[in-house]
Amino acid sequence: MFQQDYLYWLAGFLLLIVAVMSLRDKANPRRWLTGSFWGLYGLVFLTGDWTTALLSRVISHDLNPQRTLHIIIGVLVILMALIAGCGGVRLGSYHLPGLAQRERSAGRLGNRLFAPALAIPIVTVIGVLVFDNLPALQLGLFGAGNHSTLITLFSITLGCIVGLLLALNMTRDRPLQSIQEARRLLDSIGWAFILPQILATLGLLFTSAGVGVAISHLTETYLAVNDRFIAVVVFCVGMALLTIVMGNAFAAFPIIAAGIGIPILVIQHGGNPAVMAAVGMFSGYCGSLMTPMAANFNLVPAALLELPDRYAVIKAQIPTGLALLVANILLMYFMM
Amino acid sequence: MQQAVNLWPLLGILAIIIGFLLRLNAVLVVIIAGIITGVAAHMPAADILDKLGSGFLATRNLAFILLIPLAVIGLLERHGLKEHAQNWIAKIKNATAGRLLIIYLLARELTAAMGLTSLGGHPQMVRPLLAPMAEGASEKRFGDLPLEVRYQLRAMAAATDNVGLFFGEDIFVAFGAILFMHNFMLASAGIQTEPLRIALYGVPTAVCAFLIHAYRLGRMDRHLANMLDTAQPASLKPTGAKK
Repeated sequence: MFQQDYLYWLAGFLLLIVAVMSLRDKANPRRWLTGSFWGLYGLVFLTGDWTTALLSRVISHDLNPQRTLHIIIGVLVILMALIAGCGGVRLGSYHLPGLAQRERSAGRLGNRLFAPALAIPIVTVIGVLVFDNLPALQLGLFGAGNHSTLITLFSITLGCIVGLLLALNMTRDRPLQSIQEARRLLDSIGWAFILPQILATLGLLFTSAGVGVAISHLTETYLAVNDRFIAVVVFCVGMALLTIVMGNAFAAFPIIAAGIGIPILVIQHGGNPAVMAAVGMFSGYCGSLMTPMAANFNLVPAALLELPDRYAVIKAQIPTGLALLVANILLMYFMM
Repeated sequence: MQQAVNLWPLLGILAIIIGFLLRLNAVLVVIIAGIITGVAAHMPAADILDKLGSGFLATRNLAFILLIPLAVIGLLERHGLKEHAQNWIAKIKNATAGRLLIIYLLARELTAAMGLTSLGGHPQMVRPLLAPMAEGASEKRFGDLPLEVRYQLRAMAAATDNVGLFFGEDIFVAFGAILFMHNFMLASAGIQTEPLRIALYGVPTAVCAFLIHAYRLGRMDRHLANMLDTAQPASLKPTGAKK
């Protein structure tokens, strides 16, 4: 059966090559730290079931190998955070052709340049649709069970391979050159690259430490929600605020729905639960537009687009987010 | 709510807010906030590391979809993809950054509503195509752009992709969020809802999201025209002016 780990191994090898390239880049003032950062990250992608199996043979029997592996990875994460946090990931030299040369190449290749770029999303979508509509193929390749994430990851990898083959064929560059270019983009994103994962992890930590329980306790104790309109406002604004804090509307929904949505809006005020859920989740998304905690949508693009202000994307989104939150409050009040 | 609720884990949130406001390195802030939260909840150090490690492993898919397209996009950039995207949009007569982004917003929202969420994204669409096109369209109208205008256009391109994705995908019935809400309400309170109804009640918000953001994009066009037309000599403005 095809495993998600195989895809992660591909990413792991890619990162290890990037790490070696970084180590050899004399133009990078911190090449050892930059190289170790991408190398450690590569190791995280290479771990899988085989590491657990290996650990269970090496370590003593009273230790749980799964847990031991997680603790080791936890230490690696802290190490990577220290490298990233202390400015260890720096830019090197990538020998990018000058603007005039790129313009010439753009004129020569013309619209053919679009083909590999567009191949990525198009092949991804075709892949997802094919797997969704042919359960037999899905079963044959991935085995039984629900594989929605794996299907997306597999299809996007397929799209990137098709795009890469088209691009290599068109540009006549060596395959290794493409990894050199990936390194250029990775270094320009830098430490922001691991932020989405660390934040998602923080969300899990918040949940198991009972942050949500504490917040819904405070809301229930201190906010008067007997008035229908105020209840709607507290619910929508609460969803947005908790999403701003947790960075993820999925994490906020169960807390706010259980604290305010179900007991007060649905049971006390007789609201329609489908409206409460739909508009509530969208209020959370308004929060996602306005928070650095949703790093993969807000901070990583700012780094990727080489914006000097890392909050620039959030600032561009705040007016839309606030106006839409007001719209949501009114929509919920009148539809519920 | 009879037993005492431990409010100390909220210190983690405070640490996050302070860290982000002071613009300290975000990775460090988040790690420290995580440790504070864990300690405040009386979790042993090994447990915190365990949670950190398992969470990081379980969320590798987030980084994977960012990482995998970079080789192709980087290679194409080396051969002038951005430059070509700018020249290409400059050939379209009535193109403005705002109009381009409005069309993209509509397309992104509609395709996401059909479940085609991967037809976009920051590494594969915004950086190589959308942002250069927004810059190219403005360059054609106003000549060379000040750096802060370029940054503003790029940020708006990224914002447009996010708005289209967020408020499109949630009206797709088979989207995870819909099933997640359905399951949660059934499991926690025994409330039965139709997933289709949840998706349907999301439509008015999705329409509002499009109208609000499209209005802002239109305003951005007018604002750019006001700002840059007065800054540039009038003779540069007529159609046919090349950059």
